[in-house]
Amino acid sequence: MSIRLENIAKHFGNTQALEPVNLDIYEGELVGLLGPSGSGKTTLLRIIAGLESADRTAQPSRIMFGERDVTQVHVRDRRIGFVFQHYALFRHMSVYDNVAFGLTVMPKKERPSNGEIRARVFRLLEMVQLEHLAKRYPAQLSGGQQQRVSLARALAVKPDVLLLDEPFGALDAKVRQDLRRWLRRLHSELNFTSVFVTHDQEEALELSDRVVVMSNGRIEQIDAPDTLYHSPKNRFVFEFLGDVNHLEGSVNNGVLTCGNAYLHVDLPDGPEELLLRPHEVRLAEQASDTCHLPVVVTAISPVGAEVRVELEADWLAKPWLATVRHADFERLAMKRGQHLFAHPRQWHRFEENTQSAARQTRTA
Amino acid sequence: MRRIGDAPAVKRLLVGAALVLSALFLLLPLVAIFAQAFSQGMAVFWANVSNYFTLHAIGLTLGVALLTIPICLVFGVALAWLVTRFSFPGRRILQTLIDIPFAVSPVVAGLIYLLLYGRNGWIGSWLDGHDIQLMFAWPGILMVTVFVTCPFVARELIPLMQAQGSREEEAAATLGARGWTTFWRITLPNIRWALLYGVILTNARAVGEFGAVSVVSGAIRGQTNTLPLHLEQLYQDYNAVGAFACAALLALIALLTLAAKASLEWRASRREALL
Repeated sequence: MSIRLENIAKHFGNTQALEPVNLDIYEGELVGLLGPSGSGKTTLLRIIAGLESADRTAQPSRIMFGERDVTQVHVRDRRIGFVFQHYALFRHMSVYDNVAFGLTVMPKKERPSNGEIRARVFRLLEMVQLEHLAKRYPAQLSGGQQQRVSLARALAVKPDVLLLDEPFGALDAKVRQDLRRWLRRLHSELNFTSVFVTHDQEEALELSDRVVVMSNGRIEQIDAPDTLYHSPKNRFVFEFLGDVNHLEGSVNNGVLTCGNAYLHVDLPDGPEELLLRPHEVRLAEQASDTCHLPVVVTAISPVGAEVRVELEADWLAKPWLATVRHADFERLAMKRGQHLFAHPRQWHRFEENTQSAARQTRTA
Repeated sequence: MRRIGDAPAVKRLLVGAALVLSALFLLLPLVAIFAQAFSQGMAVFWANVSNYFTLHAIGLTLGVALLTIPICLVFGVALAWLVTRFSFPGRRILQTLIDIPFAVSPVVAGLIYLLLYGRNGWIGSWLDGHDIQLMFAWPGILMVTVFVTCPFVARELIPLMQAQGSREEEAAATLGARGWTTFWRITLPNIRWALLYGVILTNARAVGEFGAVSVVSGAIRGQTNTLPLHLEQLYQDYNAVGAFACAALLALIALLTLAAKASLEWRASRREALL
């Protein structure tokens, strides 16, 4: 079932939680709403669910599920599945009763027989690998188990769309990884349309077919993960999708100067800020004629495929982060307190105050 | 190793003081009541209790309590629901207003009702024209009892429902549950212990209320005399054994209430330990 949002806005008191938003989600898609807290992503999800209603604005707003206009439809009749951030399991009911709830509250005519309900609940519990815990109560389960119960409960009523609010937010890293993989598989098996909210860019990029990046109640960009990462539309998206190093100074006659550091660039005179990803910083023992960026190594984390190095200098407001191959790390015999020179492999800049794609990437 | 505040001398002193004071002010009077009630033997006690006027007073007191409880229950749940699940202007003021019956002296409450609903009162004179008498009759007693006890249930529920939030009810709605279904199957089971606790407190207060009732009842023996009022009359008539027999009955109800409360608390703590 596809979802179409037209002109959806929301304010709480004096704060504009959501500026008028248009969004198309295609049938069978898994879409992530990504943004920092307060960006309006949860509000948008709750409006899709019908747990929150959109503002009445001058232009009419509409929510369509496929061909069905659900703008005025109550949440209980929208045929959605909603997975809450802290699961919201019914604490006084067993796991079985939790999952069966949506089936037992159906109007008599549509309600399946008791045997059928039982069969369907156990099929779902089997799917989430919890059939042995059917008699337990929510408080007796771990976070990951509770999350799976809440998923099974949402899927029991065969919803047209599945909505998940920070589904893995409260879980530890290992369980998160497992559940992500599991949700991805479930999604491709059952092929429903799902929208999930997250503040974790890695999660959004890994899980989604498309990611909606939001900030301050606005949609900043909607794209597939790789497009998003490689061609961010603006500075906010670029900074939100990964670690960023800032180089701030003023350009004079083609030289960007910042304290005792300088870098030759072919940019017009004036204040300038360049952005670099950690893997775009190369470290060497010497400076060059065109690049003089002295730094001191302050922290080293050799875990993973690359070594993460933290760099500080007088001319830097915030420390830089660089990722170095293990071979280079050993060749330079890096240790804390060592003086080195940074060389940008590549840098990016965004024109301030422009909505258009005023992004430049240069190879140094 | 001694922890902060763990001085044995201070501890012994505090425990001792607590024991002596509770014995002196709580236990001794309680024992005295029963001792007095039975001071002339079981037969005299029984004669006093089975007296027509006493039986009538017991009946009236229990009847009023029995009617008060459902009224306060519905009122308390509705109010707690309103205050914790909806946001509207004046919500905080309403939450403060709930406490008025606690803050106002019961005698004042009785007087206000008399002023409003008495034969010469604003509403009472109109009612009198239609031959309806509320004051100096059991409806008046019920009205002031409800006034005095109405905050108990709401007071118990509001903090709990605030802490629980409305997530589970939202979840029920997303699963297709209607309002009533959600209330019976989700909200009520989550608040049932607090609700029962509120009912126990309401009952205790309804049975024992003296001040407000004494103003509006007129204390007509065999008609509008509740047990506490009857007790006072017996005492004024120098029938000490009769008065203490009634006092013993009231104390017994209080003890039963305490036992019920303790068992609820014990159950609650055991359930928590289980989870």
